[in-house]
Amino acid sequence: MNADLIGSLEQITRVVGVRGAMVVSADEGLVVAESSMEGIEGAAVAALTAGVVSRLARATEAAGRTPPAFVHLQADEGSLLAVPAGEELLVVAVTDPAVNVGLVRLELRRMAEHLA
Amino acid sequence: MSIEDIRVLTAQLAADPSSLVFLPLAEALRRRGQLDAAEKVALAGLTRYPELADAHDLLARILGDRGDLERAFDEWDIALRHDARHAGAHKGIGFLYYVAGDLPKALQHLESALQADPEAEGVAAAAARVREALAEPLASEAAAPVVPTEPEPEAAPEPVPPAEAAGAGAIFAGLEGAQDGLLLLDGQGLRLGGGLNAPDGSPVGDAVAAHLAGVFRDASRAARLLSLGAWRSVGAETADANLYLCAPTEDSLLLLVRDNSVPIARLAKQADRASDAARRWLEGGA
Repeated sequence: MNADLIGSLEQITRVVGVRGAMVVSADEGLVVAESSMEGIEGAAVAALTAGVVSRLARATEAAGRTPPAFVHLQADEGSLLAVPAGEELLVVAVTDPAVNVGLVRLELRRMAEHLA
Repeated sequence: MSIEDIRVLTAQLAADPSSLVFLPLAEALRRRGQLDAAEKVALAGLTRYPELADAHDLLARILGDRGDLERAFDEWDIALRHDARHAGAHKGIGFLYYVAGDLPKALQHLESALQADPEAEGVAAAAARVREALAEPLASEAAAPVVPTEPEPEAAPEPVPPAEAAGAGAIFAGLEGAQDGLLLLDGQGLRLGGGLNAPDGSPVGDAVAAHLAGVFRDASRAARLLSLGAWRSVGAETADANLYLCAPTEDSLLLLVRDNSVPIARLAKQADRASDAARRWLEGGA
């Protein structure tokens, strides 16, 4: 199972500009599997991403909308992208600023559909 | 251009759909006030020539005639991305900045239009009038520059003087979703202005604002701890809506919500304008 996850994550990290990718438990914000997260603290990514997605889900619920199917946090020096895989997991990527976001999103969704 | 001319152009386009004849045809239809037909022709042309600045300029003028100045601005902006010296796009955006009350930016674009095309009709006079208005702010209220572009001034969004900002919706007056899809809050999650409605029309601004303060903190923390620099925005797609969150100032947060037919990239552009309005209001109200 973990080897499968790593293999799928490597599909994401092959996209130019992706620094790392991981699968995170949505509720606890813990790392389930990760790939190429050099220089990035995986546990921090997991916890922070789960926190942002969870709060956004509460905000969208309060707005009478469905939960986020894709989240893109854009910063000056890179981005954090997340796609929920079912209710329990998140597929996450950390990228450089110039990454092709559409392509990363596609790969994240592909993996999320595989996991869900 | 006569109806016969339009028939000829239509026949040419039918014979060769990849022809650039869609440009004069759509322009002729626009000038005759047949805006639906003009827009249809322009959009069909843009599907074949999405990087043609002239086509985006044309669509912008059609949209301007419709009074849809927000989309007109976007099309002129796209035209400038493809051709940074496009005189028509600079002229159009200069006009829109003028009617929005941003005279420095209006002048900047009118001067760019002049540089690109010194013979552009009426632009030199318009730029001169805007310069005068900038030099004499009080006199400018009575002096309307002659900007010979197509959108009608009476259909333009009104500038938002800080003194008018007492009403929450006034912050975003003239912007799409000012009352039901734009929310400005402070760093504590208190609503400062704008409004947000659920799909059933019920107001949900305060409830959403309460959650967004946490998003604000988490986004800042995540960007900092992951060495991503300062966070700029959070975009989220749901099954029925797209959301865009940004910080017009260090202590405020802006949320835009639209149905999911509006792509996040377009939300980002709308957020730029809403952020400008928010900053003006926050500075004026301080």
